[in-house]
Amino acid sequence: MANTRERKVPALVDKPMDFCPGCGHGIVSRLIMECLEELEQLDNIIFPIGVGCSSNLGAGLECDRLHCCHGRAGAVATGMKRVNPDTLIVSYQGDGDAYNIGIAETFNAAYRGENITVIVINNTNFGMTGGQMSLTTMEGQKTATSVYGRDCSVTGYPIRFPEMVAREFPNAAYAARGTVTTPANINKLKGYIKNALQAQLNHEGYSVVEVLSPCPINWGLTPVNAMKRIEDELIPYYPIGEFKKREEAK
Amino acid sequence: MAEMMKGNEAIAEAAVRAGARFYAGYPITPSSEIMEYLSWRMNEVGGAFVQAESELAGINMVIGASSCGVRALTASSGPGISLKQEGISTLCDEGLPAVVITQVRYGNGLGTLFTSQCDYNRETRGGGQGDYRCIVLCPSSIQEFVDLMLPAYELAEKYRIVTVMMGEGTLGQMMEPVELPDFVEVKRTPWALNGHYTYKKIGIFERDSMAEAVELRAKYAEIKENEQRWQEESIADADYVFVAYGVPGRATLGAVRELRAAGEKVGLIRPITAWPYPDKAFANINPNVKGIITVEENATGQMIDDAALAIKKTHKDRNIPAYALTYVYNTPPINRIKEDYFKVKSGEIKEVY
Repeated sequence: MANTRERKVPALVDKPMDFCPGCGHGIVSRLIMECLEELEQLDNIIFPIGVGCSSNLGAGLECDRLHCCHGRAGAVATGMKRVNPDTLIVSYQGDGDAYNIGIAETFNAAYRGENITVIVINNTNFGMTGGQMSLTTMEGQKTATSVYGRDCSVTGYPIRFPEMVAREFPNAAYAARGTVTTPANINKLKGYIKNALQAQLNHEGYSVVEVLSPCPINWGLTPVNAMKRIEDELIPYYPIGEFKKREEAK
Repeated sequence: MAEMMKGNEAIAEAAVRAGARFYAGYPITPSSEIMEYLSWRMNEVGGAFVQAESELAGINMVIGASSCGVRALTASSGPGISLKQEGISTLCDEGLPAVVITQVRYGNGLGTLFTSQCDYNRETRGGGQGDYRCIVLCPSSIQEFVDLMLPAYELAEKYRIVTVMMGEGTLGQMMEPVELPDFVEVKRTPWALNGHYTYKKIGIFERDSMAEAVELRAKYAEIKENEQRWQEESIADADYVFVAYGVPGRATLGAVRELRAAGEKVGLIRPITAWPYPDKAFANINPNVKGIITVEENATGQMIDDAALAIKKTHKDRNIPAYALTYVYNTPPINRIKEDYFKVKSGEIKEVY
C-alpha cells in the first residue's frame, strides 16, 4: 500500500542537507525550525553558521544566514544582534567550531550576556575534517589525532560549557544540554531549544543549548550503536538537563 | 570654523558624521582613542559599540553588523590589523562593505610605537588569504582624513568592498585645526540581512567560484579605471619627480617647493589612493624626466615597486631610474629629504630599478 501521509518539511528548509546517515544534525535542525514556526518567528530569524558539518545547515535553508569564519560565530552574532535587537539571532556550531577554535568568541559572548541563542552540536570530534580530537572528545576515545585514545594528562579533559555558563555568568538566561537518542529525549531537547529562543525573544539574555549528537561514520559505529554510545558513555559525563533555568520558569 | 582636535578623536567623530553606527575593536597604540571616543559617542547617536575580546572578534562583529546593512567600523594598527586579515578577506568574499582604519606603527612582530608606513604592502595587496583587494586611502593630514571618511563608506558600498584608511601613528596622535563635516542621513543598505529573507543569498555549496572570480576581476578593473586619486605638483617639466603619500607626502611637498625656489626642477605625486595606485598621474610627468624618487617611512622600500611599474607603463620608450629614500620610521624632515635629493642627483644614492 502506498504511503499517503504527506511528509512535512519545515517552511524554512528548501533543500536536502548533506549530513551522513545516522547523523544527529538533521534532527536538531528540524527541531529548531519547528520551534521557530511554533513561536511564529519564521520571518524574524538570522543564522550565523559555523564551519564544519554545521555548514550544511546553510546549504538547506531559505532564510537569512551567514557562513562565519571558523569559530567566530559568537562575534558575528554579537554584531548582528547589537544592530537588530528584536531579530532572533541563532548561531549554529559544532564542538570544534564553538569550543576549540572559537572558545574566545563563544566564552566572551556568554560573558557579556549577549541576547543571542547558541546551539552547539557536540559529537565529540571534528566531523567534517575526518574525526579529529576536539575539546569534547572523551578520555580514551580514539580519533584521527588520538589514535591510541585521548590522553587527558597532556590534552586536557572534555569541556562542559553549558555548566560553565550556568555557574560563572550571572547574566546568562538559559543553559541546557539535550540529546537525540530517543523520542523522549528529542521532545525534551525541543523544549530546551524553545526555552532558549523564548529567552532571547523576551530579552532575558544569553542562551545556549548543547546537543549530544551521534557521528557514526567517524566513531566507526553503526547508527544504532552510536546512539547507544551516547546513552552509555556520554550522558554519564555530559548530563542531560537544564543547568540554568529562565527566571520566569523557576 | 576650524577647531584644534586630536587626530583620532576628529576621525572618530567624522566616522559618526559619515553614518557609522557600529564599532567593534580592541585597544592598541596609536589608534586607541578612536574606540575610547566611540565608546560613549556611539550611544549618544543611537549606534552600538562593543569592546571586543580581540582584534579577531572585533572584525567578525563588524562582519555581523555590516551583513545587516549598518555602516560598521573598526580601527587598529600593526599586529592588530594582521589579526583582522581573515575577517577582511571574508568581508571581500561576501561583498560586505566596511571601513578599517589602521594608524600604522613601525615593526615586525609586536613592533614599536613609532609612526611609520611599513604596512603598505599588506594593505595594498589584500593582506589575507585569497585573491582580492581593498580600496586603500592614505590621507596626509587630519583634515584630509576627516574629509575622506564619507567617501570611504560610499566607495565601500558602491563596490561592496572594504575601504582601508591607511593612516600613520602621527595622524592619530597629533593635533591640527579641523573643520568637521555635517551629519549624513543614516540609512541601511537595501540588500541587508534583516530576518525577513529579502536579501536572497544563495547557499555556500551552490556558489560558482569561477564566475565570482571573473566578476571580481572586472570589478577591480573598474575601480582601477575610475577611482584613482592623487595630488600632483610641478611634474610636467620636472627632471626628478618625488612620489610620497601620507605625512611624508606633506614633508616632501615642502621640500619640493623649497627646491623649486632654489631652481631645482622637481615635482611631486602624492597618492591619495594607495590602491588603486594612481598610475594615471604618471602620464602627466615630463617625458624627459631623469628619475622618480619615492619617500617612504619603511626600511625596505615598498611603494617603489608600484611607482616603478607606473612609470614603466607611462614612459615606455625609456628605462627611467626609480630611487627610494627610506626613512624607516618617524616623518623625515624637509632638510633631510633635500639633502638626499642632492645625493640622488650626484649619483651617491643608486637607483633601485
